[in-house]
Amino acid sequence: MKSMYIAFLAVAVIAVLANFGLDYAGFSASERTSGPSVRLD
Amino acid sequence: MPLRHLIPLIALLVILTAPLPGQAQQTAPANDRSATGGATTLEDILARQKGLSVDDSYRSEALGSPDLAAPNSDALGTLGGISQSEDWRALRYNKADVTASAKGPAADVLIQDEGMVWLAFRKGPLRTYGGWLLLGTMGLLALFYLIRGKIRIDGALTGRKVLRFPPIERFSHWLLAGSFILLGVTGLVQLFGRFFIIPFIGREAFSPVAIAGKWVHNNVAWAFMVGLVLVTVLWIAHNIPNRHDLKWLAVGGGLFSKGVHPPAKKFNAGQKLIFWAVIVLGLSISATGVSLLFPFELPMFASTFETLNTLGLPQALGFGELTVNFAPHVEMQLALTWHSIVAFLFMAIILAHIYLGSVGMQGAFDAMGSGEVDEQWAKEHHGLWLEEVKQLSAGKSPSKPTE
Ligand code: HEM
Repeated sequence: MKSMYIAFLAVAVIAVLANFGLDYAGFSASERTSGPSVRLD
Repeated sequence: MPLRHLIPLIALLVILTAPLPGQAQQTAPANDRSATGGATTLEDILARQKGLSVDDSYRSEALGSPDLAAPNSDALGTLGGISQSEDWRALRYNKADVTASAKGPAADVLIQDEGMVWLAFRKGPLRTYGGWLLLGTMGLLALFYLIRGKIRIDGALTGRKVLRFPPIERFSHWLLAGSFILLGVTGLVQLFGRFFIIPFIGREAFSPVAIAGKWVHNNVAWAFMVGLVLVTVLWIAHNIPNRHDLKWLAVGGGLFSKGVHPPAKKFNAGQKLIFWAVIVLGLSISATGVSLLFPFELPMFASTFETLNTLGLPQALGFGELTVNFAPHVEMQLALTWHSIVAFLFMAIILAHIYLGSVGMQGAFDAMGSGEVDEQWAKEHHGLWLEEVKQLSAGKSPSKPTE
């Protein structure tokens, strides 16, 4: 069962990496779709 | 009930893939609109209700003009020659000169007609048929369980274990399975939440659930794709059809009768069908999913339709040539429609797989759990594979024969 738990952990790790990776690479929804005159935060 | 629900699906297909003007649909006769001052007449409405195509250029082109403005000295002069209804029509027909501070190809399309058809499809037939497909599959599995019961190991257990899936294969399977289940659940929450969750917990409580669900759906998708690649690479060689498959299929794999055990190698024909379904549906759902993750940047339907047109497939089926130049939103709506249809099929198939891999068959889960199965299980379900494994291990350590 160890492989199964490691895989589930990997699902979480990949998801978090994807989230921060895409944000870092400038793919956040706000960066892609808003202009300089839109203030989101 | 059902036929009524099919109408939006058909309408969606027809509108989203409508033949180019001039083909197929009958056109309403030209209409004299002098009595209404150029506005829609009763004849127009009746023609539309009969399903005739009404040339609506009398509306789409009636957008006013500053040149027609009354002089400033007149009572209405300051209106500038464009009335509000003309302004709205310009937006409605996507002819207004819109400047938006948001970016992206769709930012300045303020009204998008086809969106209504898509919305109706998503609210209606998609939920209805998708929901019933899943419930129906569960019902069939329950019925199968009641009639056939758990598929048991017929012979006596030997107590000797054989390694069926090494850790890397189990890891890949569970990466795919874990992510798939999360994606399925969060996808269903997005589609059905308004109906089945909001009435119970209210909007306030549903909002964080939906936001978290979206986060999970968007990001866990990558784990699914990694799992899909791993599983493909590891197992594709074992899933090439061979002559044993026909025999296996001919007796229904022995799933329906006790004591029937057609020979199979590592994967039997039923598993091969599951494998290939996972690959094909998995690729399709990943492609449309990625297209949805990066809105408007990776459109794929226009080019697909173009290819289909060149092949002559839609024409042969009587759809005429498919439209290939549609609004950016339509790309997204088609992607979402396809994504969700594939998802429902995929989930239905996987439900059957999960059933057989867990409660439905004695000893099956061990193959993916500990990785080891009893020799008797292997003999009954994958006889040829067991022989191969034995020969291999006998070859490796000739001093310690396994038999
Ligand atoms: C709780 C959920 C699941 C369970 C209990 C489960 C269980 C199993 C088991 C026991 C096997 C090995 C069968 C054997 O020994 O021959 C297997 C194989 C496999 N699983 Fe799963 N599985 C689950 C979810 C999934 C999901 C979600 C997918 C894909 C999206 C998937 C795809 C596969 C494939 C492609 C195979 C190899 C072919 C086959 O045996 O049909 N599984 N699974």
